[in-house]
Amino acid sequence: MLKLSQSDYLSLRQHGEETYPHECCGVLLGRFDDNGAESVSKSVSRIARCGNTRADSPHNRYQIDPRELIRIQREGRERGEDIVGFYHSHPDHPAQWSPTDLAEAHWFGCSYVITSVDKGVATITNSFELTGTDEADKKFVHEKTEVV
Amino acid sequence: MPQIQIPSPLRQYSGKQASVNVPAKTVGEALAGLVSQHPDLKRHLYTEDGKLRAFVNVYVNDEDMRYLQKEATVLKDGDTISIVPSIAGGC
Repeated sequence: MLKLSQSDYLSLRQHGEETYPHECCGVLLGRFDDNGAESVSKSVSRIARCGNTRADSPHNRYQIDPRELIRIQREGRERGEDIVGFYHSHPDHPAQWSPTDLAEAHWFGCSYVITSVDKGVATITNSFELTGTDEADKKFVHEKTEVV
Repeated sequence: MPQIQIPSPLRQYSGKQASVNVPAKTVGEALAGLVSQHPDLKRHLYTEDGKLRAFVNVYVNDEDMRYLQKEATVLKDGDTISIVPSIAGGC
């Protein structure tokens, strides 16, 4: 499960509207809540907008510069926050993970939030947790998003 | 002693530590020391033929080691090595 504030939820959706028809991307910062054997939920305390370095194909590809991620991670660490996931948008495309999304996903246990932005308007937002143990068995599992 | 920052998806293989200190003079020595201390990390960082996986970015402070001297990059006191799996995708 992914928990985030109404403010952060709206903000990540708005980001996709602002960058339309290009994909937006960003980082979710917060903490992992170990609920024991059942699951590990994630609570988002802040989102960090990032630039999309895929200037060659921004309408259907995104990439976050590792240097930007290192900075965000360092600043988050100073506040006691961890990277718990990422978000990006799908312009005029469903809020479902694609084969490219899965192939490029490597942060196991983290949430990948996808927002569909249809003709410039954010519609559905879904969250998927990257599960598995390695590249061979990884898969996305849809998870509940709790907006508080 | 250089500090290696471990990203959240790999902490289950580093004894849940978010950072590991490893005595080393170069990046290569530091990574070798890391997987020596935590052998379960190896398959997540390296392919079967011993190459760093393409999606694993290794930074020395704010510099990608690929644009320095790669594993031969010499480390200084206070240097931080960050292991950063790529974040990318698209519809």
